[in-house]
Amino acid sequence: MDKILEVKNLRVSFNTYVGEIRAVRGVSFELRRGETLAFVGESGCGKTVTAKSILRLLPPVSAEIKAGSEILYKGENVLQMGQKRLQRYRGNEVSMIFQDPMTSLNPTMTCGQQIVEALMLHKKLSKQEAKAEAIKTLELVKIPDPEKRFSAYPHELSGGMRQRVMIAIALSCQPSILIADEPTTALDVTIQAQIIDLLKELKEKLGTAIILVTHDLGVVATLADRIQVMYAGQIVETGTAREIFYEPQHPYTWALLSSVPGLAERSKQELYSLKGTPPDLIMPLECCPFAARCEYCMKVCRQQMPQVTNVTATHNVACWLQHPHAPKVKPFYERGLSHAQQA
Amino acid sequence: MLRYAIKRIGYAVVTLFIVVTVTFFLMRSIPGDPLSHMARALPEQTRANYYAKYGLDKPLFTQYLMYMKNLLRGDLGESVLYPGRSVSETIAKTSPISGLVGGIALAIGFVIGITLGIIAALNKNRWPDYLVMFVAILGTTIPVFVFASLLQYFVSVKLGWLPPSGWGQPRHLVLPIIVLSFGPVASFARYLKSSMLDTLSQDYILTAQAKGLSQRDVILRHALRNSMLPIVTILAGRIVGVFTGAFVVERMFGVPGIGFYYISSINNNDYTMILGTTVFYAALFVIAQLVVDFVYMLVDPRIRIVPESR
Amino acid sequence: MQEEISKELFQIIGPEDNEAEKIARPRVSYLRDAWRRFRQNKVATLALIILGILAFMVIFGPAISGYSFEEMDTTNRNAPPSREHWFGTDKLGRDLFARVWQGGRVSMIIGLVGAFVSSFVGCIYGGISGYFGGRVDDIMMRIVEVLISVPYLIVVILLSVVLKSKSLGTLLLAMTITGWCGIARIVRGQVLQVKSQEYVLAAQALGVKPWKIILRHVIPNVLSVVIVAITFDIPGYIFGEAFLSFLGLGIQPPNTSWGALAATAQSMYAFYPYQLFIPALMIALTMLCFTLLGDGLRDALDPRQRK
Repeated sequence: MDKILEVKNLRVSFNTYVGEIRAVRGVSFELRRGETLAFVGESGCGKTVTAKSILRLLPPVSAEIKAGSEILYKGENVLQMGQKRLQRYRGNEVSMIFQDPMTSLNPTMTCGQQIVEALMLHKKLSKQEAKAEAIKTLELVKIPDPEKRFSAYPHELSGGMRQRVMIAIALSCQPSILIADEPTTALDVTIQAQIIDLLKELKEKLGTAIILVTHDLGVVATLADRIQVMYAGQIVETGTAREIFYEPQHPYTWALLSSVPGLAERSKQELYSLKGTPPDLIMPLECCPFAARCEYCMKVCRQQMPQVTNVTATHNVACWLQHPHAPKVKPFYERGLSHAQQA
Repeated sequence: MLRYAIKRIGYAVVTLFIVVTVTFFLMRSIPGDPLSHMARALPEQTRANYYAKYGLDKPLFTQYLMYMKNLLRGDLGESVLYPGRSVSETIAKTSPISGLVGGIALAIGFVIGITLGIIAALNKNRWPDYLVMFVAILGTTIPVFVFASLLQYFVSVKLGWLPPSGWGQPRHLVLPIIVLSFGPVASFARYLKSSMLDTLSQDYILTAQAKGLSQRDVILRHALRNSMLPIVTILAGRIVGVFTGAFVVERMFGVPGIGFYYISSINNNDYTMILGTTVFYAALFVIAQLVVDFVYMLVDPRIRIVPESR
Repeated sequence: MQEEISKELFQIIGPEDNEAEKIARPRVSYLRDAWRRFRQNKVATLALIILGILAFMVIFGPAISGYSFEEMDTTNRNAPPSREHWFGTDKLGRDLFARVWQGGRVSMIIGLVGAFVSSFVGCIYGGISGYFGGRVDDIMMRIVEVLISVPYLIVVILLSVVLKSKSLGTLLLAMTITGWCGIARIVRGQVLQVKSQEYVLAAQALGVKPWKIILRHVIPNVLSVVIVAITFDIPGYIFGEAFLSFLGLGIQPPNTSWGALAATAQSMYAFYPYQLFIPALMIALTMLCFTLLGDGLRDALDPRQRK
């Protein structure tokens, strides 16, 4: 298989004055060439931390990637790269765009300069060549009048345009992986759709693999090949987009799906709202992290960590409901009534 | 942009006008007149001549108009203490000396202060940070004359490395410059550290890192420039600080700058000199603020477009 | 391994009651919380203790010395520190221990009174400007801009020349005449900010009377900023007085201040360095302590500003 990225047992902690926060707790996954993988989950479930770890962008003092974690880019361990190698890797082989295009661009540099900078660094182009290349990239992300926008400052552009510039910066060196951290969250709904369409088009045109981090399942639906649902720093379910949307197995995935307007309509059901908040990540977790909020929580869930079960070759889920002893339950939205309403 | 610039210059002119007017009438409101204590002993005729010479025989308002008219031509009148010595010429002769000492001190203070600020920000909560902040606190709390006396005592008297005061040789410059640059070092270091920490937590720093820039490039190309913006706003205050600090420093080290003459004219009640020098200082500072404002506009592209946001 | 788990564990029990959402921590009042944070700051606490000691000495020091600060003893001039004269004597044979604390009174009074008067004026001016906003604010702030654009020390020097008298009151007047501008700006900014907060808008929408809004929302928010500004202003006034006295424009003999003591001693520092160092140390120490105290108060009163 042409795996280009393989993450094995990634564990990340933040050292704070209240104690160690285990933000990512043993996450493993892989990414194939040209594939789009989505990380989905509530805020604070570790998806952004996982994404940033791939580029080693976590704050060096407070964040600690635990020993035993491995991030293999084409077989090379990213965590062991030297500074020089890391700089060639960042932006050139794997690049990243961030949530808020308003703050992610340097306000005192023109958009053009910010693209040229990466091109001159990685492709060793002259200023003139880099400028020509940058304008081509701006064209690629469908910015009208790219020559003029090249010398515009970020504050002169709209939010959607800025996010396009961010994408242009990220794609300028033709990386093999693009990490998009909530790329549409800060944008207007209409602009969101445009950015998603653009990402989809670019992915097909350039064959870039994408890691899409989002809490919005609607964004994922049109773009992702595979989906990874994260909760409390762990992957609770992973599968192809089809499997996650049509045969979800984990109660947390059910909850997520039924809280998306467009998807919930399918079952003519009220929008579901998941009660409570994710567990405090300071605590060590010895049981299923979702147990406290789960409608289907069983006694065993409060005592032991569930095992990962293969539903199909591509579909894994970590839930005690997969156990042969467990009662067979259906997602509440298929029953038409939530467990809580029955009780 | 242009409208903003014109407005800003307009305010500066009005400010200056108000300052000159207020200073003029304040000086004239002093009981007695500028010549009274020195002209008392003169014969009646000489005295009248003197009064006529300085225009003091005319009504106050006429004197004011005359002063303003002369001011526009750059003529600040003549010293009442040393007849024949023109105030404008004295300023023209002494201010370059102050400018030289103050300018070098400010430049050194700027470079060292910024460097220390960067070091402190990059080593937050480690010993270089604590050391820099300790120096910065000392720099803002030890008065110039205390620092100057300490330097004179230890460097000149005890160690005998440098002359305690005097003028004419390059080595006479060393101590005054060190003393005057201490304050700027401290405040630039303090401000740059906090603004650098602020900048380093911005998202675009992450973007720059994700691009593959080295730590050095991230700091020099992205963080430093944006951290310098707030520094520009305190620059005017520092220029003022260096010039007022010079009142004391020039006296203590015997530097024949404008501060030295300003203080001695105050001690000698040389009214035209006090008035002229005050006007000069006020103009200097108003212009300094104006220039700093324009520099700020040039370095921050956001302000070029929306001046009202300030 | 999976087989070992007994069947009865697989019984659906549903989600936990959301006990976690109860507020577990006891409520602590703002001031008590601030005091707790302040005490955790060792540097600021130490600064406060040193200031306490200085204040004590400034009040009781002259009495402890057993000499009057004006009393001359021509037989014992420029004496080094000894058992009779702890800090030695000056060129007129006056006891320096008494003079240092007497001078401290003047310096401290100028620092405290200056800072309080100017922040009082500044608060009212800034409060009016910020509260009314619009045209009033525009004009009032223009005036402040003009005042601020003239260097502070020039104004003070000019006024002390014009007013001729060099008493404590004149000095205070000269120093506070434009000194309030800084606080006026801060207060105005703060008032404008509070005014635009959603909770104030909500209170207005509910029909709460203006004076109640000022009392409940504006003053508490402005107060912490003003306290911090006062603390930072005090060393500024002490420095200003020392500076003027050093130039011979401040306190006149026989009365004295730390700045005046340092100025007198400066001409002879090569021979009698301790005459210079003691008052210089007092000035530096007081300014340092007030600055550190200000830092500590700012962190304690406004944790958001903490870096």
